[in-house]
Amino acid sequence: MLQLEQVSKAFQNKSILENISFTVEEGEFVTLIGPSGSGKSTLFSLIGGLLSPDGGDIQLKQQSILNQTGFISYMPQEDTLFPWRTVVQNILLGQELYGKVNQIKAQEMIDKAGLEGFTHAYPHELSGGMKQRVSFIRSLLSPQRLLCLDEPFSALDELTRMDMQQWLLSIWKQLNSTILFVTHHIEEALLLSDKIIVLTESPATVKDILHIPFSRPRTTSLLLTEEFVMWKKHLLRMIWTS
Amino acid sequence: MEKCVLKKSWKSIVAILVTILLWEGMVRILAVQEWFLPAPSAILMEAKEVLPTFFPHVRATFLLSVSGFLLGATVGLIVAVFLHLFKWVKEIFYPFLILSQNIPIIVLAPLLVIWLGFGAMPKLIVITLACFFPIAMSTLEAFEQTDRKLYFYMEMMGATKAQLFFKLELPYAVPSMVAGFKIAATYSVMAAVISEWLGAQKGIGVFMTIATSSYNTPRVFIAIIVTMLLSLLFFSGIVLCEKLLGRWQRKGDVT
Repeated sequence: MLQLEQVSKAFQNKSILENISFTVEEGEFVTLIGPSGSGKSTLFSLIGGLLSPDGGDIQLKQQSILNQTGFISYMPQEDTLFPWRTVVQNILLGQELYGKVNQIKAQEMIDKAGLEGFTHAYPHELSGGMKQRVSFIRSLLSPQRLLCLDEPFSALDELTRMDMQQWLLSIWKQLNSTILFVTHHIEEALLLSDKIIVLTESPATVKDILHIPFSRPRTTSLLLTEEFVMWKKHLLRMIWTS
Repeated sequence: MEKCVLKKSWKSIVAILVTILLWEGMVRILAVQEWFLPAPSAILMEAKEVLPTFFPHVRATFLLSVSGFLLGATVGLIVAVFLHLFKWVKEIFYPFLILSQNIPIIVLAPLLVIWLGFGAMPKLIVITLACFFPIAMSTLEAFEQTDRKLYFYMEMMGATKAQLFFKLELPYAVPSMVAGFKIAATYSVMAAVISEWLGAQKGIGVFMTIATSSYNTPRVFIAIIVTMLLSLLFFSGIVLCEKLLGRWQRKGDVT
């Protein structure tokens, strides 16, 4: 579905990304992991079309989307709900940008996310975890097929984060959408992904691409299995030696 | 709600009452002449007598300030939007905007009368000139300080320039617009009174000029007090609108 070929980007002669290549297949959950400052957010701006790469190509369904916005749905790390819009109005924002609005589907998703009764609440009335759920549904209900999530849970406390991971696993299974996820949280990456792309520190290059074999549906109890711990060690070593 | 207002402002109310009592007492003890400084009781007595004839003046000023305010607000918002959307307009006209506020209204008003006569037009221009600036400035500033995170999200989602403006920048600026309205509302009454000095059939300004030139000081005070009350009325009107509009910012975590 999404294909990056030899993408490079430098700012003021300082190379940030070097020859990044990977693919995201339809229905796949792919995670980019790497040290902070390894250019993950730059990569998203490139895929989103806000920045243009110095070299390489980015294709969505075999078509180049370089310098073109509107082809991906995006969920940022910080809270970006519009404070003057209610939960449902926020959720519909992504659809509003492209014309057609589906109120019923929005309500359905609100209920599924355990936000019943908050349809007409304003963001300041929600907890951090609830805000991120709303933000996630907003990007999910946007018409674009590829979801790019930029460290969506990093601002949450550990317990809420685990709740959200569990929630994301359950909801993603039902929706079968394609997700490109950025995190620097190793357990999160292992728990959620089909494929993990490990990036090196600046300039970022693709160090390795790991296929994660855990069967689905997954739950957080996976965290306690020996196999999971083995994978965690393997991944940690890989990041430390980069 | 009303109890809450009382609780918050009882100190100011006491202060005002004490001041009035002191004023009354001093005027009586020192036997100050009425044309020099009338006692509050004298002002009250005069008010009782003159209010029926004063009312048409108040109405005229009220209507003038409301229409002037509406005109000023419209001009202010249009100026803000234009300066924001077209950078070259801003580059050319921003200095003029500032300069427009340095023209003393007292000098400008007679000039406008020379050019445009004694009708409503020169008065509306004076009020508009006083009102549009705070609205234009606060709105323009809010446009430019739109939350970068929300901006980035919208751009990533492929929002067009028009969508960025109508869905993000404009609603984001609403609280600042209202802040501008509040300032402009109080300016509008003052500007209306000044514009009436120059020649009008009716208005608090006219009443004030006549009272001053005949040394009827109690009436001057009546005019001042009513002008203040009118400003206060406008201000509360806008605060009320703000409360009705902005449920989303009531909890105080959004400024």
